[in-house]
Formats: sequence, structure tokens, C-alpha cells
Amino acid sequence: MLTVSIQKQLPDFLLDVCFTIQREIVVLFGPSGSGKTTILNSIAGLVTPDAGEIRLGETLFYKQGSKPLPVQQRNIGYVFQDYALFPHMTVAQNIRYGVKRQGNEVALDELVATVGIDHLLEKYPHQISGGQKQRVALVRALATKPDLLLLDEPLSALDADTRRECQDELLRLQAAWKIPFLMVTHDREEAERLANVILTMEDGRLVGDNRSVRNLVTK
Amino acid sequence: METNLTPLLLSLKVAVFSTSIVFVVGMLLARFMTRRHFFGKHVLESFLLLPLVLPPTVVGFGLLLLFGKNGFLGKLLDQWFGITVVFTLTGAVIASIVVSFPLMYQSAVAAFSSVDRRLEDAARTMGASEWRLFWTVVFPLAWPGLLAGFVLSFARGLGEFGATLMLAGYLPGRTDTIPVAIYFAVESGQMEKAMFWVVIIVALGMGTTFWLNWWSRRNLRRYANQK
Repeated sequence: MLTVSIQKQLPDFLLDVCFTIQREIVVLFGPSGSGKTTILNSIAGLVTPDAGEIRLGETLFYKQGSKPLPVQQRNIGYVFQDYALFPHMTVAQNIRYGVKRQGNEVALDELVATVGIDHLLEKYPHQISGGQKQRVALVRALATKPDLLLLDEPLSALDADTRRECQDELLRLQAAWKIPFLMVTHDREEAERLANVILTMEDGRLVGDNRSVRNLVTK
Repeated sequence: METNLTPLLLSLKVAVFSTSIVFVVGMLLARFMTRRHFFGKHVLESFLLLPLVLPPTVVGFGLLLLFGKNGFLGKLLDQWFGITVVFTLTGAVIASIVVSFPLMYQSAVAAFSSVDRRLEDAARTMGASEWRLFWTVVFPLAWPGLLAGFVLSFARGLGEFGATLMLAGYLPGRTDTIPVAIYFAVESGQMEKAMFWVVIIVALGMGTTFWLNWWSRRNLRRYANQK
């Protein structure tokens, strides 16, 4: 279970949110610039909040006043908006970049096959399509066996058909992996299709909650 | 005309030593400076780039003050290691380091800034240490710019004259690098000898810039489709 309760001063407003998520798909929904990505970055450890607490299960990621847990030790997967694949590495090298020493290879081969990118392993990112990049990024993030997957508008660059396929892929993967998926989008249809819970954001605050997750500290 | 090739060997020696040092230090410092913000950073940066705009004689003068017999560093080196800087090849190397450093530093800053920060973040989320992500992600992607800096520093080191003359002087067979040899050949009316070295150094300069241009164009093509 992921618990997030943070405040951070952003240029235009105060980000102030508090929510918990289970092993399910939770969508952070809202207009651009409402603080969604900052939340993901805070959870990942790429950005440090001003106050509050972030906890995944027993592991404390961040607590006001103590040293934040380094990104490298949080064991999260992160699919970036434009995928952030390493341009100078092949698909195979990208995917294996985060694999720890113990032989996760079998599970990885299986994942590669399920997602259908096994024929792309020797290609470079600039040689494959947007939908394929998206899948590679997804596999790369899952290859580290994360306890939590963060996705920042992972499908926004795709055409409608590919988008739908990738949405199905996400649903299947979440069902198989049973870890929390926290995903940012500003597409309502997509949010409704994927989410177990939709957290709607506006100017740094959560304004609605499509399920009975407790509504939240707003100072 | 007898050809004494010492100036060529000395010039190459100076350029190889100074460029090796400038490459490593310039790269590490550029990496540090592109990631950190601290008080006085811009002042420090301006200071590092100063040799680019100052007359070489001023740089040489400063180095003489610093490394001379009574200079702070000069004394220190002499007492601790028995190293004399003035009128030696070491002096030529130091002069060359100082004037070529800004070229490496600027190229490296530009090269590191061009690497997408998100790629580094991605590597971190996958558990890569700062050291590993530098060598596996940042360095390979910044490599074209780093190499450009390397080549420019080398060419600059090869052609360094003003500061070298002030710090290392003109001792035939010991500190007469090509540019210094040309100057004194002309002074003493040996135009043929001067012409010989001019042709050599123009050829070296042309060679490096031509190769650099060709190489970076090839690299641009390679990276062109990768966005």
C-alpha cells in the first residue's frame, strides 16, 4: 500500500495532496500543470517535497525532517512521458539496464514475449514505432521487479488504435503483476477505462474521488 | 637547410601532456558545474574562461608571478618536489594547460547540457549509481562534444605561443616549440626555416579541424533520427 501525503510549493500554487493506493490502477487526472507529474517525481525521489510523508508498505521513502531514501533504493518502475529510452543502446540493452545480478532472465524473456517486442531486441529506439517504444519502456520499467509502477502520460503520443491496444496491455500487466500502478493522464476516456480509482487534480489539490478513498487533507 | 625536428617533438609532447590533463579535469569540472548551483558559481566560471579573452602575455605574466622562483606555487614545487617551472618544458605544458582549458571546459559544458536529464533520471529509477549512469549514459551521449573539446584543446596546445614564451622562454632544444621556433627564426632572418615550420603547423591545424568537421557531421547524421 502506497501512502502519499505531501506539500510542495510550486511556482503558481501549493501542491497539497494526501491519498493511499492499493494493488490497483489509480489514475491521477487533471489539466496540464496541475501538479500531477510532480507527485510522481516525489514518489520516485526525483523531487523532494517540502513537507509530509511518503511510504510504500513498510518502507519510508520520505518524511519531513529526515533524509529521503535515495531514488536507487526505492525499487519503483517509472515510465516517462516520452519514454526516455537510451538512444545509444539497443532495445535489449535498454531492457536489461536495471536488471540486478540474480537471474531474472527467464521472467524477463517471458515478459518480452507477452508484450510482443521479442523481434525488436536488436533494434535501436529510433528504429521502432511509438507504440513499440511505449512497450519497451514498460518492459524496461518492469524488468527491475518494482514494487510500484509510475506512468506519466504513457500513451499520449500514440494514435487511437495503438492507444487502445496499449491500454489493454496495461490492464493485463497490472492483473498479472499485482502491484500498484499510478498513472497520470489528462484524457478522461482513458482514465475511466483503466482506473480502479480516479483522483482528480486541480491547481495542486485533489478535488474529486471516484471511489470511496477518503478525501483528503486540504489545508 | 638542415632540419632539426626538435620543435615538432617538443610541441607534440607539450600538447599530449597538457591535453590529457585538460581533458580529464575539464570534463570532471564541467560535469560538476552543470549539476550544482552554488554561490559564486558564475564568478568562478568567468575566471575559468578568462584565458580565452586575455592577451597571452597577461596569462604568461600571471603564471610567472605564480610559478616564478619567488612565486607561491613555484616555491612550493621547488621545495617539495624539486621541480622548476620557469624556462623548462614543464612551464610550456602549464602555459598550454591554462590557455587550452577554456576550450575543453566550454565544449564539455555544452556536451553535458545536451544530454536529456530524463535519461539520467530513468537510469536512477532503475537503480544505477551516479558513477554507473555517468559512464553508461552521460559519457557516451556527450562523447561527440567531449571529443571536439579534446581536439580543439590539442590544436590550441600545439600552437600556444605567448604564455609559453613568457614562462618557458626560448631555449633551443629544450623549450623551442614550433610557434616559438617560428618567431625566433623570423627575428634572425631565417625565413626558410620559419616557412618550413609554418607549413608544418598549418598542415597540422588544417588536418585536425578538417577531421573534426568531418567527424562531427558524420555523428550528427547518426544521431539525427534518434529523437
